[in-house]
Amino acid sequence: MSTEAIIMMVAAIVIVWGGLAYSVAFLLRNPEGSVVLLDDHGRPIEPFST
Amino acid sequence: MAAASSTQRANRGAFSGRTAFILAAIGSAVGLGNIWRFPYIAYSNGGGAFILPYVVALLTAGIPLLFLDYAIGHRYRASAPLSFRRLHRLTEPIGWWQVMICVIIGIYYAVILAWAAQYFIFSFTKAWGDDPGAFFIGEFTQSIEAAQATVGLDFVPAVLIPLIIVWVATVGVLALGVQRGIARTSLIFMPLLVVMFVALVAIGLTLPGAAQGLDALFTPDWSALTNSSVWVAAYGQIFFSLSVAFGIMLTYSSYLKKDADLTGSGLVVGFANSSFEILAGIGVFAALGFMAQAAGVPVDEVAGSGIGLAFIAFPTIINQAPLGTVIGVLFFGSLVFAAFTSMISIIEVIISAVQDKLGLGRITSVLVVGIPMALASLLLFPTTTGLNLLDVMDAFVNNFGIVAAALVAAVTLTAGFAALPTLRNHLNRSSSFKVGRVWQLLVGGIAPVILGYILIGQFQEVLLNGYGGMPQGFVNAFGWGMAGGLVVIALIMTLIPWSARSNAAKVDSDGDLIPSPILDRLVDAGRIEAAKQDPVVDDATLPLEPPRPAARHAAHTTTEEF
Repeated sequence: MSTEAIIMMVAAIVIVWGGLAYSVAFLLRNPEGSVVLLDDHGRPIEPFST
Repeated sequence: MAAASSTQRANRGAFSGRTAFILAAIGSAVGLGNIWRFPYIAYSNGGGAFILPYVVALLTAGIPLLFLDYAIGHRYRASAPLSFRRLHRLTEPIGWWQVMICVIIGIYYAVILAWAAQYFIFSFTKAWGDDPGAFFIGEFTQSIEAAQATVGLDFVPAVLIPLIIVWVATVGVLALGVQRGIARTSLIFMPLLVVMFVALVAIGLTLPGAAQGLDALFTPDWSALTNSSVWVAAYGQIFFSLSVAFGIMLTYSSYLKKDADLTGSGLVVGFANSSFEILAGIGVFAALGFMAQAAGVPVDEVAGSGIGLAFIAFPTIINQAPLGTVIGVLFFGSLVFAAFTSMISIIEVIISAVQDKLGLGRITSVLVVGIPMALASLLLFPTTTGLNLLDVMDAFVNNFGIVAAALVAAVTLTAGFAALPTLRNHLNRSSSFKVGRVWQLLVGGIAPVILGYILIGQFQEVLLNGYGGMPQGFVNAFGWGMAGGLVVIALIMTLIPWSARSNAAKVDSDGDLIPSPILDRLVDAGRIEAAKQDPVVDDATLPLEPPRPAARHAAHTTTEEF
């Protein structure tokens, strides 16, 4: 493989798989039910009725 | 959100949590296109340089449109037609159009799944022999030539039997319900798919010539970035690959809990889908590199996509490669897993719509949808004319069905009903990753321009050159006629009233009222009064103030990251 091709393969992997790793980490930092809910006008609604 | 006291509750399924939803959504997005379309699209549109337009397309169209689907389905808690009806009565046809697109895709997608399942078994004995091309066309599908394309009833048992099994499995899984059927299948199949494909890539990388294949795929042609068709190809790949704008993600998000993190989950789904595409690109081109070296030809002579790649090129590779049987089992097993989780998501769109429209129970709805679709699929495709029919229907339902429906939805929601600020607020109400006006600009501005460009390009291509060398009457009937027929049927379905038995007359399955339609005080004055009278609508979500240019659709201020 040429150096150019290797660099582009690594770049593709880092960008896309890095994006996946970041988005998973971002999701895990906000567990289910941890986000303050807002109504249609941006006001907090607590407790949420389900 | 207020709870209703006396109104009947909708009988709908639900995911147990966001992990189940994310796996099901990834299962839907990761399908045949990831494995057999992306590698060739990347290779033929700049190679390594393609990653730039591809990532731009993911961030500026794929993920924003995914968020749009999530917002509509999650806010209005229903199938595509009922969600769009609840958004505004005039948008209901868009929902039915999406359902009809899924009907067409479902009946032919099952056939490809049946082929993959059959080839999985063939892999053990290499039953395709020394000439996989002649075997696939002449023996396995017994297809007539494209120039003589027509519809006939000369059934091919080798396809008919696996197709029956595919439909039985699909109906069986869907009958188990959203959590026990769809979510559990994804929970098992998705990790298996990843493990199998990683193993396939690992074996592929050890093949002689693999480096040659990867060199062909990743060597960048930077001049391609100045070519608009390369950018259109990137947007097209992202758009078709993510399963957006034809009801799947909308339906799945309607099964999510109300406090679900929509955008956070959407980012994972979007990047997971693309991550699998990169993996597929490496695996496919490592194998094609081996094939090229074995034949003593450059990679461009063996590179291909679609049915030819899967059912002709790969069997050829399997015949020649060390560990060929293992490669065959892993490749066709991956195709089966990827296609099956996508198949159930496609059929679920229709089941959900029928359940909402007729107010039926789960199993009855599955049978009402599954049996006629299975019969149509079994009648039309496992025949000597099935391959050409599949080819033309696939091309037209994608290019003139999904793209056109997405374009109409984006324009209608933006210009027609100014729905994006409300949907943006809905995304932000429970999500960790806040979206702002940039999201509105991408969905309402960039996406329609790109979709319009793709649609016009496809129109020009087919009008000028015809399609695939097939007779014009055949293309007119099963291409243009089918695509136009979907719109007509969608309009007819909209005219059929929703009965008191339907889920339109019921509150959410948890007893909560449904958010009001997105109404304008001037244009929809009468509808606001009707919404106030509707026992299932939450009054608190009705428009508050008379319209003022700056505040008419004012959105609340949040941390805007996108």
